[in-house]
Amino acid sequence: MTMPREESNRAIITVIGRDQIGIIAWVSGRLAECQVNVLDISQTILDEFFTMIMIVDLEPATIEIDGLAQTLEQEGNEKGLQVKVQHEDIFRFMHRI
Amino acid sequence: MTITFAREEIQQTINMIQKENLDIRTITMGISLLDCSSDDIGKLETKIYDKITKNAGRLVEVGEQISARYGIPIINKRVSVTPIAIAAAQMNSEEMVRIAKALNKAAREIGINFIGGFSALVQKGFTNGDLALIDSIPQALSETEFVCSSVNIGTTKAGINMDAVLKMGKIILKSAQLTADNDGIAAAKLVVFCNAPEDNPFMAGAFHGVGEPERVINVGVSGPGVVAKVVKEHPNADFSELSNLIKQTSFKITRMGELIGRAASKSLNVPFGIVDLSLAPTPAIGDSVAEILENMGLERCGTHGTTAALALLNDAVKKGGAMASSHVGGLSGAFIPVSEDAGMVRAVEEGALTLDKLEAMTCVCSVGLDMIALPGDVSAETISAIIADEAAIGMINKKTTAVRVIPAIGKQAGDRVEFGGLLGGAPIIAIHPYSSNLFVHRGGRIPAPIISLTN
Repeated sequence: MTMPREESNRAIITVIGRDQIGIIAWVSGRLAECQVNVLDISQTILDEFFTMIMIVDLEPATIEIDGLAQTLEQEGNEKGLQVKVQHEDIFRFMHRI
Repeated sequence: MTITFAREEIQQTINMIQKENLDIRTITMGISLLDCSSDDIGKLETKIYDKITKNAGRLVEVGEQISARYGIPIINKRVSVTPIAIAAAQMNSEEMVRIAKALNKAAREIGINFIGGFSALVQKGFTNGDLALIDSIPQALSETEFVCSSVNIGTTKAGINMDAVLKMGKIILKSAQLTADNDGIAAAKLVVFCNAPEDNPFMAGAFHGVGEPERVINVGVSGPGVVAKVVKEHPNADFSELSNLIKQTSFKITRMGELIGRAASKSLNVPFGIVDLSLAPTPAIGDSVAEILENMGLERCGTHGTTAALALLNDAVKKGGAMASSHVGGLSGAFIPVSEDAGMVRAVEEGALTLDKLEAMTCVCSVGLDMIALPGDVSAETISAIIADEAAIGMINKKTTAVRVIPAIGKQAGDRVEFGGLLGGAPIIAIHPYSSNLFVHRGGRIPAPIISLTN
């Protein structure tokens, strides 16, 4: 397993909520608008609950992580979805030594 | 590019933050005021105000940026300064009040939650500056909003200054009396220490010790809710397994502190000092140290077995946390502040948790008798005796102990006080009716114990 370098600019987007049509289209559309590159995506549906985890690269992005987080969280809220955008280091620090 | 995280790991982190109240309790910037000295009060006020606002002007902004970047709440941004009794040693007690107001003004200007360091270190005796500062505490704390004060009255190396202990009983009582309309809030901003650490990021006891650098970033983590959940999910784990589970959890919590500390240090270009591993509860339901102990199998916090449960918890938190950070410091242990912990409040209300049991619990955890409301007719001497007991535990056990008690003026055991916010509210706890007057009036110093002779 390769560890990302200290200065990586990757973020993890999680979307949780009741399943509905177009969630992925909405998120990836917003990301494309901001030049955010999707590196990996996985989703499951458990008891009608949609969970998506996306790893994205903000290196080429035209937006800062906090701006992206605000946009997606707000729009997600309107759709009844809980969206979080977090720099990957929070997961790296917690789960990797 | 390989995917480095399992879905469960990502989900766990998010659950900790969203459901189990994991947060960074505080980013505290320590700032030295040793170069601010002046004989002229006006000049000194300006120098202190300017130094704090210049050095910590971006602290709140950077804290908010980091919080957004990592998606973890950072509850408090604070500043600690060189003990004012040292930095403003030439001042008299009226001038000390003016310094407190300058600190308050600086805190308001930069938008921080608290500023600590209105402090004196008097374990061996008083300087003129110490006496002036201590005499000014009741007025300083009742006329400011953000200023926190601490006085160190004992160490393992120096023994206990019983003259200071006697004085602090009076100062605490007077602080509460001056703010009686607000349930004695001034006393909630005042802590009396034995073995005070110089790099503590938590209030009310934070100050920037004289051995510290020009500026430093210290971080305090939280996370009782996360530990409480892990313990609850393993009702049949034996103590070895339980200890391991807590260690693993503590490791993860502390890593958050390490990450945020490094990020803040880099953004502010200020050296990173320490992570304080304390499990700091909040009044929020589910963010309680008492709940962890009850999840271990105690019907109520305070019953027989509580001290053992807390000892296991405290030790496991340290073992897990120490591995997670390059520098651990501050208080680093489980906190048991009564008013700030919904489980402790319930235990006191139901009669399960008494002052004597709390004292026993402070032998095995950080920090001491914290945020405890006392009956309003308590005498200064009784408060002094409570301080002396707690200081003795710290001195003999080579650990930090502290007393932050709030005499609830005009109220009796069983009544309630409300401080609001993170300070919470609490029932007033019963105290012993018998006098300690002759004891605390003896004066002088309790000699340093034989264990202090380590050289």
